[in-house]
Amino acid sequence: MELKIRNLRKEYGAFPALNGVSLDIRSGELIALLGPSGSGKTTLLRAIAGLEVPDGGQILFGDVDALGRRVQDRNVGFVFQHYALFRHMKVFDNIAFGLRVRGRDRRPPEAHIRKRVLELLDLVQLNGLEGRYPAQLSGGQRQRVALARALAIEPKVLLLDEPFGALDAQVRKELRRWLRQIHDETGHTTVFVTHDQEEAMELADRVAVLHKGDLQQVGSPDEIYDEPANPFVYAFIGDSTALPVTIERGRAMLDGAPLVLGPVDAPEGAARVHVRPQDVRLADESESVVSGRVMTLRRSGQYRRVDIAVGERHTRVEALLPPEAEIAVGDQVGLAFRRFAIFPEEKEPPKLGLAREAKAA
Amino acid sequence: MTDATTAAAAGARRPTTAASQDRPSRMSSSFRTPSAIPGFGLTYGFVWFYLCLIILIPLAAVVLWAGSLGPARLFALATEPRTLAALRVSFGLSFAAAALNAVFGLIVAWALTRYSFPGKRLLDAAVDLPFALPTAVAGIALSAIYAPNGLIGSIAPFKIAFTPLGIFVALVFIGLPFVVRTVQPVLADLDRELEEASATLGARRPTTLLRVVLPTLIPALLTGFALAFARAVGEYGSVIFIAGNIPYVSEIAPLLIIMRLEEFDYGAATAIATIMLAISFLMLLAINLIEAWSRRRLGHAR
Repeated sequence: MELKIRNLRKEYGAFPALNGVSLDIRSGELIALLGPSGSGKTTLLRAIAGLEVPDGGQILFGDVDALGRRVQDRNVGFVFQHYALFRHMKVFDNIAFGLRVRGRDRRPPEAHIRKRVLELLDLVQLNGLEGRYPAQLSGGQRQRVALARALAIEPKVLLLDEPFGALDAQVRKELRRWLRQIHDETGHTTVFVTHDQEEAMELADRVAVLHKGDLQQVGSPDEIYDEPANPFVYAFIGDSTALPVTIERGRAMLDGAPLVLGPVDAPEGAARVHVRPQDVRLADESESVVSGRVMTLRRSGQYRRVDIAVGERHTRVEALLPPEAEIAVGDQVGLAFRRFAIFPEEKEPPKLGLAREAKAA
Repeated sequence: MTDATTAAAAGARRPTTAASQDRPSRMSSSFRTPSAIPGFGLTYGFVWFYLCLIILIPLAAVVLWAGSLGPARLFALATEPRTLAALRVSFGLSFAAAALNAVFGLIVAWALTRYSFPGKRLLDAAVDLPFALPTAVAGIALSAIYAPNGLIGSIAPFKIAFTPLGIFVALVFIGLPFVVRTVQPVLADLDRELEEASATLGARRPTTLLRVVLPTLIPALLTGFALAFARAVGEYGSVIFIAGNIPYVSEIAPLLIIMRLEEFDYGAATAIATIMLAISFLMLLAINLIEAWSRRRLGHAR
């Protein structure tokens, strides 16, 4: 089922949770809504389900306007962060619930329900546990039951609200891989909400980044990471540092001294140069973009994490260097950027970004 | 009473295995094990001391006194037609009143926890009034209103005060807060996501209420029911004014006990008391067992 969201708005009092969000969700894709808390991602998910009534805009399931339909009639599978299993029902009855509450004319016979529930238990790898109560299951098992329960009604779209948020790291990783597998097997259009960028990047076909009720960027994990559309996405996804510069006649000036970046096609005025630590390398004076003094050195896994102060105001630049790099605190070093992006300084989210590959010197 | 005894039982159950591994020969010390939460010995001892002093000794005295009558005499006194009629009135009406309170108390608790409306705090406070009011005052007020010349009694098509129906009204009055106050906190803690999950699965509102919300409220509802019932069985002050106290019709068992005492017929009084004690105990035990069972199903076994 293809989903179209058009200019969706929702306010809580004076606080805008959704600021006119438009998003097309393709049939059969697994899409992540990613953002910090308060970004509106959960509100968007709940609006799709019908658990939240938006103030304006449109939600189309295929060509059908979903806003005219009640939750009960939208036929969505919803999985909650804290499972929301019915504690007084056994696993079997939990999964069968959606089929049993159907009207007499649409309710399948009990034998059919039984077959379907056992199939789903097989799918979520919980065979033999149909007689347990939710309290007798681990967190990971409960979330699988919740997913099976949502899948039982053969939903048009599967919605998951921070589905692994309440689980510990090990189980979380395992379920992540498993959810991807289930998605590939069943082919449901799936939307899930997360604030964990690693989870979003690893699991989703496409990622939609939200911030303060606005959609920032939609794209494949590669696009989001390699070509962030704006400073927010650049800073939110992965590590990065930003150098405050002024663009003068096509050159980026840091504290009055030019950065050797080549010609810059950013508008004149204040801007920021964003760079990721792994894209910073040591360079000779002849090819360096900027030089600075090493402030701190820390070992971080297989890298050395180095803070370098550049410019007159000692702006911090973070670099991930190989451990064999021969530097010490206090050294004066030249830095080159493999890849960077310049965004003009603006209060409002800017237009499309200017990220590009830096020419190797 | 139930809380204290189950707590003591749970406390006694857990430590035995651990301690007996340490010192298998000394079973006497198996009750105590080193713990991060000390004070088991002290509180356990206190529970026994306090329960004996407050509850068990007085009740044992009743049973002993009744036992001294001899089984034949006790049986004869307890099965006297007037006694049986009084017991039927007491327990039957208490049960009915508690059942009605369970239904309407639930609705009151629902409205008070789920919605906000003007005067909510006032209403919330008013629920406790039957707790605070001296029962005699309640009885006089109720009989004044429900009497044939009273505010409600004059427009009712049938007689309320001075009939069993009057007793029922008084018992409903005093029992309401028990149900409301036990159900309210559980309703407030009830996860809204359960109802949302039910709705996304296609369940209409009545189905959700019946099959998702109500079952999770059952333990609290049963506790409220048991409390309201127990209170109603023992109620005296508010009932005697409105009951009319007609033997075989609207005479409650506690009143019969008082009458026997005033006649210095201590044997008969203790016989009725013992029967009441036995029936109450069995009924509360049964309710507690159902409640424990439903609680276990809900996954928070005590």
